[in-house]
Amino acid sequence: MMESLFYIAAVVALSATILALTRANAAHALIYLIVSLLAVAVLFFLLGAPFAAALEILIYAGAIMVLFVFVIMMLNLGEAGEESERKGLHPRNWIIPGIMTALLFMELVYALEQVPALTSGVAVSPKEVGIMLFGPYVLAVELASMLLMAGLVGAYHLGRRFNVRNVGSN
Amino acid sequence: MSDLGSMYFGLFLLLATIGGAAVLTWFERRLLGIWQDRYGPNRLGPFGIGQVAADMIKLLTKDDWVPPFSDRVVFIFAPTTIVVAMMLGFAVVPFGPDLYVIDLNIGLLFFLGMTSLAVYSVLLAALASNNKYALLGGLRSAAQMISYEVFMGLSLMGVVMLTGSFSMRAIVEAQADLWNFIPQFLGLFTFMIAGIAESHRLPFDLPEAEHELTAGFHTEYGGMKFAMFMLGEYLGLILISCMIVALFFGGWLGPFLPPFVWFCLKTFVVICFFILLRAAIPRPRYDQLMTWGWKYMLPLTLLNVILTGGIALAMKA
Repeated sequence: MMESLFYIAAVVALSATILALTRANAAHALIYLIVSLLAVAVLFFLLGAPFAAALEILIYAGAIMVLFVFVIMMLNLGEAGEESERKGLHPRNWIIPGIMTALLFMELVYALEQVPALTSGVAVSPKEVGIMLFGPYVLAVELASMLLMAGLVGAYHLGRRFNVRNVGSN
Repeated sequence: MSDLGSMYFGLFLLLATIGGAAVLTWFERRLLGIWQDRYGPNRLGPFGIGQVAADMIKLLTKDDWVPPFSDRVVFIFAPTTIVVAMMLGFAVVPFGPDLYVIDLNIGLLFFLGMTSLAVYSVLLAALASNNKYALLGGLRSAAQMISYEVFMGLSLMGVVMLTGSFSMRAIVEAQADLWNFIPQFLGLFTFMIAGIAESHRLPFDLPEAEHELTAGFHTEYGGMKFAMFMLGEYLGLILISCMIVALFFGGWLGPFLPPFVWFCLKTFVVICFFILLRAAIPRPRYDQLMTWGWKYMLPLTLLNVILTGGIALAMKA
């Protein structure tokens, strides 16, 4: 039962991602991307990582993708945007990325064949994730928080209202 | 609860919440009427409750029109998202010691995830409508939701810290001695405001502010599709009220009466309070809304997290 659920979610994730790549309409592409993220969340859940699944929905699908949609609405490209996107999706442009992806895919399949099983089959509770994060991995958490702080300072600087008159008089 | 039992309860919940949302449309208008010194809909049936059926017949028989300039598939898909997301949110609400659809160990995060997915309904409706009022409403909605979501999650972290779990059942059971609204007063205050903003109800209904944006994101919607948005909004109101009861007011806990009755009574009182807020507070300007969110509410929730963490540590030591 769990196995078939896993494969169904995997098929949904893969096909949604492919559709997201090949859409000319940016809004449609984003909707497929959101579906793919939700499918990945289901995969995490089935693999015994409910906390990661919840964060996938909350952070990726719930926050980051909303910002993407926000930008698309701000730009509101319409027909002209679709036209230029269709040019970018010309088959000729797929050759080199296609070859590179195929290489990576073959490597991945080869690597996966070496490893017997990827999951422990045990569900990891949020508490255990927290203990791991603030125990052995506390350095990574601190580094991530520093990165976020830098981003915040940068955003504040960009968003600051420059008072032109004061600059001139000084 | 057995698998079959929770399935039947889930079905019952679906019907009960939809019915509740329908009755709530009438109940809200009546209550608003009383508070504003007028009658409200009081003609049809006892106390005017037949108004619900009349509204439903009206909405169901309206022409189901899709504007030719809209993005057809997304236009139809958008209103269903909010209803589905809100319905899924009810799955983790514990109505009694054994009355729930599922008791996830990430229950609270699941609820937050579902409310954040409900945003797409508004955004996609605005995008698909191809109308400038809808687009403005959608833009506002995106900014508002993102801003208020940030401290909505944070405001609940105090409760999680006191309980030590994300499971809704564990959170209610941990309140046996003292309901959370006393130690987590700041958390309740901020969560309530974030909750109203998330379900974009008055006074935070800027995405549809009718005096400046005609009807905002659902300008182009009519008939049943419009009703879906309304249903989603009322479901959101019920869901937020249920969550407030479970997280801050001891859920099903209470003397004499059976647990389910206690839960419903408390939820009813919270819903009435939300309607009172709607009647009492005017809509803020858009920049006031943003300032309020980022400059006051976010620091307040952070303060709550620090204080709760400090006190929890001190109690342990």
